[in-house]
Amino acid sequence: MQDAQVVMTVRRPSDSVSVIDIEGEITSFVEETLNQAHAEAGEGAVKAVVLNFEGLDYMNSGGIGLLVTMLIRANRQGQKLAAFGLNEHYRQIFGLTRLDEAIGIYDDEQQALGSV
Amino acid sequence: MEEQERPPEKKAPRDAANWAGRVDKLHVSGVSPEALNLNVEGRRVLSPLQGFGQMWQKTYRVRLPRSVATPEVVISTWKERYGEFWPKGNRFYAPLTGIRPGEVGVINATQGPMRLSTGVLVIYSDDTSFTFMTPEGHPFAGWITFSAHQEGEDLTIAQAQLLLRPGDPIYEMGFKMFGSRTEDKMWQHTLTALASALGAPGEVETEIVCVDRRRQWSQFGTLRHNAIFRTTLGAPVRGIRRLARPRR
Repeated sequence: MQDAQVVMTVRRPSDSVSVIDIEGEITSFVEETLNQAHAEAGEGAVKAVVLNFEGLDYMNSGGIGLLVTMLIRANRQGQKLAAFGLNEHYRQIFGLTRLDEAIGIYDDEQQALGSV
Repeated sequence: MEEQERPPEKKAPRDAANWAGRVDKLHVSGVSPEALNLNVEGRRVLSPLQGFGQMWQKTYRVRLPRSVATPEVVISTWKERYGEFWPKGNRFYAPLTGIRPGEVGVINATQGPMRLSTGVLVIYSDDTSFTFMTPEGHPFAGWITFSAHQEGEDLTIAQAQLLLRPGDPIYEMGFKMFGSRTEDKMWQHTLTALASALGAPGEVETEIVCVDRRRQWSQFGTLRHNAIFRTTLGAPVRGIRRLARPRR
């Protein structure tokens, strides 16, 4: 199995919102890292998790699948999922895979935090 | 003359060539004329988030000696001979240009008295994986990712992973009664045939996880696109039309 080529850092801008900063690749090999980051982000009374994709430099279809399962998990826990920092290419992929209908996409962190 | 400073050029993302562009509605071109091409043209693709039934992740994998095939060889063989590995009664009509991002393939299948004409959009393709996404009316909404990777020094793992929701209430019922088992048999057969084509015996491991137990009643209306009904019930009408057509 390949190593996860990604670093995910969890921040807590407020008691009810967490941000996961993603630096690197989203592929099927990052499942454990993503699950750990989501678990950490969801601790306490968190109502929304915001994904920061500014540092994303590669994503394949396996990675998109992980985002879907993460979204379902977040919904089950009563959390909203939002994203920002996607460049035009990755916005198009979210459109192609229709993930943009379920995850709020915003231009920047301020907008994303203001929406959740 | 003073040289003006140019803004840095934006580099295309590394995966840019691997993804299909945005596709609002499917268009079939370049498939064999013998394919029954129904329920694809003009349809939208669906992710697992848009289907009706419970969401499942089904993974089928086979271990191959690396001496037999590298991940790249597994995937190039799979892409080139995709339809050959399917069980009898199922036909996959690949586009003439092959399995490439943005291309649409047509599927014809028969199961007892039921007939199905549907298709898939290739949304992603690289040297070690490719992914299909299904259109409205397909038995399930979602995608299938075919991939291969190296494990340790000696093994190559070939894998098909489905992330899906049955597309409408009828498919959901059928999925519970027999569809899920049929799906398992189909992909187990496919992986065994792939391993055999590569010259290795293949014991298929199957892993099934229910990702979301909820049904999406808001998607009830997708029933009108049901491709099995439209293909099976439309067969007599198509037959009469063929007979009524003036002969040249």
